[in-house]
Amino acid sequence: MSTVNAPVPTDPRLETRVESETGRSTPSSPKRSGLGGRVWWRHALGLVALAWALFPILFIWSAATNPSGTLNTASLWPSGFSTANFNTLFSDSSRPFWTWYKNSMIISFVGAIGAVFIGACAAFAFSRLRFKGRRGGMMFLLLTTFFPALLAIVAMYIIFAGIGDALPSFGLNTLTGLILAYLGGALGANVWLLKGYFDTVPRELDEAAIVDGASHVRIFFTMTLRLVMPILVTVFMLVFVGLYGEFMLASVFLTDVETQTLGVGLYGMTLGNNANELFGPFAAGALLGSIPVMLLYLAFQKQLVGGLTTGSVK
Amino acid sequence: MTKPIALAIKWVLIVATLAGILWIAAKLAAAGNVTAVVVAGLVGMGVLAVYATRRAVPLKYLVPGLIFMALFQLFPVLYTANLSLTNYGDGHLNTKEESISDIIAQSVREVPNTPRYKMSVATKEGDSADTGDLVLLLTKPDGSTFVGDKSGLKPLGAAGIEKTPVGKITKAPGYTILNARQVNARKELQKLAVPTSDGGGVKPVGLSEAFEGKSTVTYDAKADRLTDSSTQPPTVYEPRDARWVSTKDATQSFPQGWKENIGFSNYTRILTDDTIRSGFIKIFIWNVVFAVVSVLSTFLLGMLIALLFNDPRLRGKGIYRSLLILPYALPGFVTALVWKGMFNQDYGIINQTLGLGIDWLGTDFGAKAAILITNLWLGFPYMFIVCTGALQSIPQDVREAATIDGANAFRTLRSIIMPLLLVAVGPLLLASFAFNFNNFGLIYLLTKGGPFNGADTSIGSSDLLITYAYRLAFSGTAPNYGFAAAVSVVIFLLVALMSIPGFRRTKALEEVN
Repeated sequence: MSTVNAPVPTDPRLETRVESETGRSTPSSPKRSGLGGRVWWRHALGLVALAWALFPILFIWSAATNPSGTLNTASLWPSGFSTANFNTLFSDSSRPFWTWYKNSMIISFVGAIGAVFIGACAAFAFSRLRFKGRRGGMMFLLLTTFFPALLAIVAMYIIFAGIGDALPSFGLNTLTGLILAYLGGALGANVWLLKGYFDTVPRELDEAAIVDGASHVRIFFTMTLRLVMPILVTVFMLVFVGLYGEFMLASVFLTDVETQTLGVGLYGMTLGNNANELFGPFAAGALLGSIPVMLLYLAFQKQLVGGLTTGSVK
Repeated sequence: MTKPIALAIKWVLIVATLAGILWIAAKLAAAGNVTAVVVAGLVGMGVLAVYATRRAVPLKYLVPGLIFMALFQLFPVLYTANLSLTNYGDGHLNTKEESISDIIAQSVREVPNTPRYKMSVATKEGDSADTGDLVLLLTKPDGSTFVGDKSGLKPLGAAGIEKTPVGKITKAPGYTILNARQVNARKELQKLAVPTSDGGGVKPVGLSEAFEGKSTVTYDAKADRLTDSSTQPPTVYEPRDARWVSTKDATQSFPQGWKENIGFSNYTRILTDDTIRSGFIKIFIWNVVFAVVSVLSTFLLGMLIALLFNDPRLRGKGIYRSLLILPYALPGFVTALVWKGMFNQDYGIINQTLGLGIDWLGTDFGAKAAILITNLWLGFPYMFIVCTGALQSIPQDVREAATIDGANAFRTLRSIIMPLLLVAVGPLLLASFAFNFNNFGLIYLLTKGGPFNGADTSIGSSDLLITYAYRLAFSGTAPNYGFAAAVSVVIFLLVALMSIPGFRRTKALEEVN
């Protein structure tokens, strides 16, 4: 039940990737020169792998900077540099690119903050408090991640259409409605990740604080949340990236061009008769749209690794 | 003990939350949704009970997540199950009563020499001009103004209203008046009829006028029959299969039906309707093939690259790794759409560079191949990183022992490294399978499930179950929500059946302490 509402857990690739990356032993110092000996063929095949990995990205760059901007003139290698496609993209009032960009950022940011807060609260309860149904609750959360919520998309659509009748600002075609829908999946695998890290914070700290007269609220907000900051950043990133790329629910919810996200908007540019002519501007938009996620990934690579290791290894 | 300030903050938050819930409940009540009001009330009482007292400390931390989960995750699932037992969809969106009043209003004929209304077409403020429910703002010749929609005609207060000299309303508080272009785009306007209290109705004529007329259809509540007196002799309609069907001629019926529980008909249709069943089986097979091939191909490529770089003498591994990750760091929609461009038959660089003329997205085989190639590109970086991590966790002495025992490199790989690797990444492969089984984004963005060459044009050759259900509900001219919900439930069950083995093996369950 979580692919849409919690795109992160069901996209297990990112989290586990980093997790295992940190499991590596630090590479021992090379015994011989890297290029000498018998490793040259590894470099040769490595370059082939790089070519396979990078050629579509090169193509996006070429198509985005291609002066004529249509699909049939797009080539793998850049044929000159021109900002014509970017100008076309920004000046088309029927395709408000910056509005899409802003919508995507708002949805991903607010959704991720909300998910982190909800998840951190729940993880605190599961990690620090003892109550009946605690184990069952954790298992239930894991179970829900096996069933993608996008299967319930028909019901989601009808429910939010109904909400919109009474509360227009929370219905279909609103960013708030979509964020609410995403928050439905804020619990789930995130809580597992968070709880694993919460468990690493020594309980003695809590006990000391209790002896000093601190309430559970005080412990949670002023102590625990600070100590677990790395995992909060990690989960924020994972949710942000997941929501940024979410397409299905967004495409059903957001039909007005003004409320659409980057994914839905750019998808619209690849439809219809003028899709070939619009390919250049589309590639320009795709290039710009990739920047936030790539930057986040590069900037927080270390923190991601740190947060996930401790969370998973205990 | 809690400090006064903390206590104050706590109560401000509680009161603010309750005020918010009250506001929502008031709006819901105004919209006439009793169930939702009850739910809002229960949520409010729950919040008060949990946060105002000193008890139930764990719940204080769980309630925010639980509320969202219950409302937007569990409830939709139950609602889907419920929908799958109905015929909800095109022509069956309303209740029976609404279908009767709509049919009566639709049958309105203009009585000669009656005055016409001046009409403006609008939506409620905040609704979309393209999809929001249409509302008619009407002015009688005597200057009195009315607002009408599917539910009926109501007087409209004169306050804040602006009119043209002929009486057409140009501004009304609470409504957004559509311009001529927007009105023209709303084809359903000509089908809109506003029922009036005396059994007649108001219907638009053109874009700026409407007439009030008498209905030719009457409803006999006792016999539960509709009679259309515009034909000779009058036609009598009886309710059958959630539609009004003529008693004489079973093929003649009104388009307005109603929502009705139909038991397991949607499920039996999946199982017994030949085109649907064969299509469904076809989709299911491709769905499994897609998920399995995706997992295996990405794993193999990722593992080979990981083995390639698994040499302590190799330099620059960090650079290789950062660059190889790039496909993974791009947003999914960008990747899928760019590959769609690259697979274009006439202009795409794949055909141009390789000198091929393959119709990638237009043929069954081409579309499937294109999807698998794209998914290989998307997924291999993850497997590469996972395998790199797993390989490095295999102790060096195990390999050395194998070498001493006389195993060559291939033998070591096959008998030592592979088994250890699979133990480590096995659960991840299962998770990857589950993810790909419902990989809606990739398929929808790349091929939309097409091409549609089969006997049943509603079933595409690269459709997954999830894209099929999506199309049933959202992109046809006649959406069938009930049937789409039934397909969703079937997917649920299939995913559940396939996950049980993986779920049992998940060690995570045993680690809860």
